[in-house]
Amino acid sequence: MSNDTILVLVVITALAFDFTNGFHDTGNAMATSIATGALGPRTAVAISGLLNFVGAFLSLAVAATIASGLVATADVTLTVVAAGLAGGIIWNLLTWLFGIPSSSSHALIGGVIGATIAAAGGSAVLWHGLVSKVVIPAVLSPVIAALIAAVGTWSLYRISRSLTSGARKHGFRIGQIGSACMVSLAHGTNDAQKTMGVITLALIANGTLAKGSQAPVWVILCCALAISIGTYLGGWRVIRTLGKGLVEIESPQGMAAESASAAVILLSSSFGYSLSTTHVATGSIIGTGLGKRGAEVRWNVAGRMATAWVFTLPSAGLVGAASYGIAHGIGGTAGVIVILVILAALSGLIFWRSRQTKVDHNNVNAEWTGTVAPAEPATAKAAA
Amino acid sequence: MSWINLSALWKILVFGLLAGAGLPALFAAGLYSLSLGPRRAQVAGADGGADSDVLVGGSVVGMVIAAVCVLIILAAIGWGIYEIYTLGHPAPKK
Repeated sequence: MSNDTILVLVVITALAFDFTNGFHDTGNAMATSIATGALGPRTAVAISGLLNFVGAFLSLAVAATIASGLVATADVTLTVVAAGLAGGIIWNLLTWLFGIPSSSSHALIGGVIGATIAAAGGSAVLWHGLVSKVVIPAVLSPVIAALIAAVGTWSLYRISRSLTSGARKHGFRIGQIGSACMVSLAHGTNDAQKTMGVITLALIANGTLAKGSQAPVWVILCCALAISIGTYLGGWRVIRTLGKGLVEIESPQGMAAESASAAVILLSSSFGYSLSTTHVATGSIIGTGLGKRGAEVRWNVAGRMATAWVFTLPSAGLVGAASYGIAHGIGGTAGVIVILVILAALSGLIFWRSRQTKVDHNNVNAEWTGTVAPAEPATAKAAA
Repeated sequence: MSWINLSALWKILVFGLLAGAGLPALFAAGLYSLSLGPRRAQVAGADGGADSDVLVGGSVVGMVIAAVCVLIILAAIGWGIYEIYTLGHPAPKK
């Protein structure tokens, strides 16, 4: 059995995941800035891509968690990693299609855990590591972010109350550029790391690297590139939901939300907590809605998101486990190739479907009409 | 076996508040002091003043304070990034 062939396929698949992670999460950093007009859509995604690249090099703590803190590396085979990635990518693409800002992190972790359980049973999972470094941060971080954002929003409006509304908008738009940059940097420290961790896990599983090794430089470089290119291509659908669908955002709120997100993500990365940057960003945005009197929070959109989140880990897990089942059933290199071909086909299908309800830099800021893709003026009669 | 690292949690909360809410508030304070000065009364008096987006009020003290605020913010961010870098790149174990 040529392990190295599978290894190469797994690395490519992991980078594909990183790429989907990039465009799924661009919204976290840039949605509020694009929504308030602080940054033009394409400038925003360009800056975000660049900073993600830089951030990816900043901290290796999260990669370490993913590589050795979640599953017993002795029980992980390349097939497991491939199946796990397949689970993560499919879930990521489906939620992207529906414009739901779900957690790429949880999709990936869910997929890998599901595949591991299918392969080696529940004992192969390091439950303590999973709960303390993934699940609990996942639950607590949006709450903390919401709190910080609410306090921030309230302070900002209070301190700037004597400014004219035009001056306030102008001033905080400048501030938003800074805070959006920080979130992009933060995202790089947390999310690019995950894929590095998975690739390192694969390398360890294949025996190429010793157990407990750090991510090699070429891994860091490739992951940084993949995520920044994905970021630059922009997940317009998710940007739209975050920027327009959840809360109508003004500049001070945008700045408060982004600062809260950046702070929580950076601090958590330094502890090696693999966060959902998406959860944090959403928590912050909701927090700004709560911190400003009279702001409207569209709770039904928030509700849909919360449901998607709860389902992410288990769903990605199921897809991961199923992928493993198929790959293992066929056996060997052929098994891995088969599931990756299925993955490519499904990805193509989802992408084709998305072109029918296109969201891009032209209509990302259009008025929210209840669905991800705004109703075209000419076809609005169908909705009437 | 602790499932929640309380020490990490309170650090995230406290530093999170300081950086995530405190720094923007400092920025707002900078905007406010920047807006002080003779131009502000002018703007408020003119018609359509409420929509004017003039930021600089003209007071020298105000501008200096605003500059100091921005410098503090930049320094804090720089320090924070440095800290994260050192934490994230532990010296290789022998």
